Amino acid sequence: MRRILLGIVVLLVLAAVGFFALAWRSEIEPVTAGTAAEFDPELVARGAALAAVGNCIACHTVPGSKAFSGGLALPTPFGTIYSTNITPHPETGIGQWSEEAFQRAMREGVDREGNHLYPAFPYDHYTLVTEEDNRALYAYLMTREPVDAAVPDNDLPFPINYRPILAGWKLLFFDEGEFEPDPDQSEAWNRGAYLAEGLGHCGSCHTPRNRFGALESGGHWSGGEAEGWAAFAIDETSPAPIPWDGDSLSFYLANGWHPHHGVSRGPMAEVTENLGTLPQADIDAIAAYVASVMGEPDAERQSRAQQILQEVESGPEMQAVNAASQTEAGSSDEIGAAIYQSACAVCHEGVRDLPFGGLHLSMSTAVNAPNPQNLINLTLYGLPAADGVRSAMMPGFGAVLSEEELLALFTYIRDRFSDQPEWNDLAERIRATRSGEYHVRVLPSDGIERGPSNIGASNDDGDT
Amino acid sequence: MRQDDAKSGVTRRSVLAGSGALVLAFSVRPLFAQEPTVSPPPNGAEPPGPPGSLEDAPFLDSWIRIDAESRITVFTGKVEFGQGIKTALRQVAAEELKVGPEEIQLVTADTARTPDEGFTAGSQTMQNSGTAIRHASAQVREILIAEAARRFDVEPGELRAEAGQIVMPGRDPVPYGEIVTDQLLHVRAGPESQLTIPSEYQVIGQPFQRVDIPAKVTGEVAYVHDLRLDGMVHARVVRPPSQSAELVEVDTAAVEAMPGVVSVLRDGDYLAVVAEREFQAIAAMRRLAEVAQWREEPNLPDQTRLPEVLESLERDVGTVAEEGSPEFSGDVYEATFTRPYQMHASMGPSCAVALANDEGVTVWSHTQGSYPDREAIAEMLGMPLEEVRVIHMEGAGCYGHNGADDAAADAALIATAIPGRPVRVQWMREQEHAWEPYGPAMMTKMRATLDENGRISNWAYDLWSNVHSTRPGGAPSLLAARHRADSVTLPPPRLNISQAGNGDRNANPPYVIPNKQVFWHFLPDMPLRVSALRALGAYANVFSIESFMDELAMAAGTDPVEFRLQHLEDPRARDVVELAAERFGWSSEQLPRGRGRGFGFARYKTLAAYCAVAMEMDVNPETGRSRVVRAVSAIDSGEVVNPDGIRNQTEGGIIQSSSWTLYEAVTFDDTRITSIDWSTYPIMRFRDVPETVEVHIIDRPGEPYLGTGEAAQGPAAAAVGNAISNAIGTRIYDIPLTRQRVRQAFAQAGG
Amino acid sequence: MATLRINGQTHEVDADPQTPLLYVLRDDLQLNGAKYGCGLGQCGSCTVLVDGEAVFSCVTPILVLEDSEIVTLEGLGTIDDPGPVQAAFIEEQAAQCGYCIPGMIMRAQALLQKNSAPSDDEIRTALSPNLCRCGTHMRILAAVRRASETMQANEAGAG
Repeated sequence: MRRILLGIVVLLVLAAVGFFALAWRSEIEPVTAGTAAEFDPELVARGAALAAVGNCIACHTVPGSKAFSGGLALPTPFGTIYSTNITPHPETGIGQWSEEAFQRAMREGVDREGNHLYPAFPYDHYTLVTEEDNRALYAYLMTREPVDAAVPDNDLPFPINYRPILAGWKLLFFDEGEFEPDPDQSEAWNRGAYLAEGLGHCGSCHTPRNRFGALESGGHWSGGEAEGWAAFAIDETSPAPIPWDGDSLSFYLANGWHPHHGVSRGPMAEVTENLGTLPQADIDAIAAYVASVMGEPDAERQSRAQQILQEVESGPEMQAVNAASQTEAGSSDEIGAAIYQSACAVCHEGVRDLPFGGLHLSMSTAVNAPNPQNLINLTLYGLPAADGVRSAMMPGFGAVLSEEELLALFTYIRDRFSDQPEWNDLAERIRATRSGEYHVRVLPSDGIERGPSNIGASNDDGDT
Repeated sequence: MRQDDAKSGVTRRSVLAGSGALVLAFSVRPLFAQEPTVSPPPNGAEPPGPPGSLEDAPFLDSWIRIDAESRITVFTGKVEFGQGIKTALRQVAAEELKVGPEEIQLVTADTARTPDEGFTAGSQTMQNSGTAIRHASAQVREILIAEAARRFDVEPGELRAEAGQIVMPGRDPVPYGEIVTDQLLHVRAGPESQLTIPSEYQVIGQPFQRVDIPAKVTGEVAYVHDLRLDGMVHARVVRPPSQSAELVEVDTAAVEAMPGVVSVLRDGDYLAVVAEREFQAIAAMRRLAEVAQWREEPNLPDQTRLPEVLESLERDVGTVAEEGSPEFSGDVYEATFTRPYQMHASMGPSCAVALANDEGVTVWSHTQGSYPDREAIAEMLGMPLEEVRVIHMEGAGCYGHNGADDAAADAALIATAIPGRPVRVQWMREQEHAWEPYGPAMMTKMRATLDENGRISNWAYDLWSNVHSTRPGGAPSLLAARHRADSVTLPPPRLNISQAGNGDRNANPPYVIPNKQVFWHFLPDMPLRVSALRALGAYANVFSIESFMDELAMAAGTDPVEFRLQHLEDPRARDVVELAAERFGWSSEQLPRGRGRGFGFARYKTLAAYCAVAMEMDVNPETGRSRVVRAVSAIDSGEVVNPDGIRNQTEGGIIQSSSWTLYEAVTFDDTRITSIDWSTYPIMRFRDVPETVEVHIIDRPGEPYLGTGEAAQGPAAAAVGNAISNAIGTRIYDIPLTRQRVRQAFAQAGG
Repeated sequence: MATLRINGQTHEVDADPQTPLLYVLRDDLQLNGAKYGCGLGQCGSCTVLVDGEAVFSCVTPILVLEDSEIVTLEGLGTIDDPGPVQAAFIEEQAAQCGYCIPGMIMRAQALLQKNSAPSDDEIRTALSPNLCRCGTHMRILAAVRRASETMQANEAGAG
């Protein structure tokens, strides 16, 4: 009996020691923040471009606050995490971080003092980044304005608030290691893969997550979720009615819109706004890689796309009138058609070209996707104006359309503008979104400045 | 009235006979006139003209009428568009007529009723109409006193006007209405008036509440947009897709059959629909636009090569100013600035109502010039002037020549096609954005040298610009007239250097510089339709000059405000500069990173209001976003009539000019305008509005009115540019100072 | 024929159900408060309240409003008896041309009904969908703050 007990104790101690050994990371000595003069301006400039690929500013800036000063609330299924201040401020930022500490954080997801970082910071992607690129990023960040801004404590329940537990998470879900090029692919493809899979961390949103918040293995880019928006599949199952290709992706990523796909919105707006500052070669490389993951569309998809494009070209207004007149009087379909015709068609079948006019909905991925969330979000909250720059805008209709009217409208739109089956979760999603139970963050189409908080459904404070 | 006439026995003849004596009486009285005192003319020469707009409309009853019930009506040829003149002009009249401003009815520009005061523009309402009404009111008051003295046989010196009555010893006060008779006020204004002295002002200088605001905030009829006449129909124009477009074909049958459609009009390239209800007209307009086929030419310039485009259009050069002989050697400082085409972008698209009948055509319009617009419309319709009446009603703020006159022409033209029914036309948003005449694009180039004391010794300034006004002066300036089958075209304008300036407005710096030359490189051809936008060339010229002043101050190692003061002699100029700097808390101390301060000064038109603006801005170099944190201004527009009106106009000017400077440029491809709504032509929204805007007024009682409305545009723009430059350590020379440009400039400067 | 509840009264309106509310207000009911600014939901000049929410009347067809309570500028007060927000705009002289002001007042009303003591940031954010070209923003902000104070004082007085 005693032996058994002793055995248990020994095992527990061993387990604890083992866990400790696994979880423990040393502190890296603090340094005195360097001065801008210590960094080669060319390195800083390269870092700026890399920071744009990483979209660092989006998560690390509260709208209206100083760039990179952190504090943005990131709601997760486990609780709220606040982004860190990554300006070189010695107390509240990363001013005491040596380059070594920064490299380790990117590679291993560990902060300077040795604490494990939550994977809301996507080190599962950043681990692919080269040492050289991390050096440039470090140079860029350390030459930003140091901002004295303390970040709120994370709001997480036990045991998730106990950081060493992340060591276990990493053991299960994290593969450390720099990007390894595929020698069978072109240099551009490898460059694109490196950017998209690493700093670009596309998979963070476009890959589904398991219940531990980790990317589902085998689900690479098959569609995920971000801040209340569907991040559509960008693999061969892409629901885009007009299939993407390298050229259209490149244009979209650089400009934030494409005539056959509409404008980027939701969290993607920030991504395209940032990517717009990159050299064209990098954009083309990312586009080429993404296109290769999507693969060539089959003949059926291509012919359907041709058909859609032809329909859109031919007199759209007449089609709409016919469609409306074919519906049964007083039916839900008639209501949907009437709302569409009076509230939507003016822009979505109007004379204005994209990105400032509305996309013809038969080309809309949101309408053709397996998940109606983005259509719901856009209809309820619209696309608020960006401040002081040209941007696509759309009024929200959340205040005037009832759940029944929304249901009728979306059902009509789905029926008329796609060849996909009805959404079976439509009513529930409408209800949950309208009630604020399902949180949506609303952003203007230029992305950099987040939208007015009162436009979003949620009452929580994470929005401002 | 008749009874009074009988009692007093005054006839028109008797008054007319006496008028000469009255005028003479005024001119020998002691004066506190705003205008310089004029001596009586020597031996029968032409008498000096009366002040302000009185010279053009010399009869007092053109300006002021008083009825038997003592109701006072004041007539002005100027118009209200939000600048508060209805209130300020009432104050001026009330002061001299010794009544409360609320007791005065004011009638604004109506070609059948009011004097012709041309355009309400150039911040000149107070100078022209204000001065005229002030003098006319004072003269009317003295006529009333003289008449009362005559009637009651009292010495005029014993009488005074008070609260709408003539007060005299030993009798009850007599209301004006009992003294005034049919033709009493139908007399020519004299050259001089007995104006109330500043120390006795009751009304002038007081912040009276605007008379128009209560109706506007409660939904009363306040704008021409709200005018509803019996039997009124709604019209919409289908404008061509571009200025080069010609209508090839249009099948109107389907549109004519649409519900409510009264008529479809086609006249050359001019297309319009009329319907019983407004939304029916819109639906019909949309359908008509779809079926119309146009031929277009790619004839617009390349907006990415603005400097080359402007230089290539130069056909003439005029000397704006020349002093000494500038020579450039040693350290020569140079800079080139550009300003894009920018919009008035009124919140309310232009609107007009017109009615054609046997008597002619009546048009209700928010034009800035009822009389000139009438002339243009009459010419377009081939009608005698007397058969066209233009009545002003307010519209949304226009800030210059927007679509108002064109909408009036649209309404008039369409109304003549369906006589007897009033026609309301309102432009659509995209029509206002695409067809209003823009503020012209400009380029400025400057060179200067400093002497050994850090003072400017040589200065050369060259500007390239179209003319800044193509207002109605004839049918060709109206879109409807241009698009009709027998279309008319605007003759190319000629270069004209004037004191107040046009494209060259404020091109001559206010600073003391021994050797300077200023040239206007004139561009007669207008690839884009342009006209007057608030401040005309002064906006870009002051932006350029004041930006360059900062660069020179830096070269001289002098604080920018100090540097300006070193070159300013006019004490009133120095006063506003010093006041703005003092209230702002100006210093040369380093601001925290991402913050910058900037200063701008100008005397508008070099002869009107003095205005200085100091600003602190927050600039985020990573996103490029720049925001005015606080603006502090000082303004001297002469004698203050309504201080709150001056404040309101100046605050607005600062914010509007900040919006122009930070965000605004009309965009176009080789054929069409692509800034067609607020999505494609963004202006400032609440999130970017400053935390505070202060306006400090220097009152100069007894001094002439200098006008206010446009004074802040240039100085505010310069303050924005200088503050951004101060924040990021490098300058952006091209307006607008967009996020992208800030980001790029910062990165290029090694940020 | 559509039935609409506007400013506490029921109106039978003979208009195509697809007509945007703005035109019914202005042309059928002769209410001047809501203004046409863009017809696109970009400027807010046409703002009215629908069930307490600020809504662009220029893009809202009347067919979706049958069961809604609509309030326009005219529903807040009259020239002789202005409502608290209107009175605050007069007091602060918060207008230049005034064309955008009805929309501003309606958006402020929507905000203050939900939150009678908004912060400056909340006011700016709430007003952001509405544009003003004259640059009257500082006074509009001051008027909303003043209205907020009046409404709080009224609440305190009533409570």
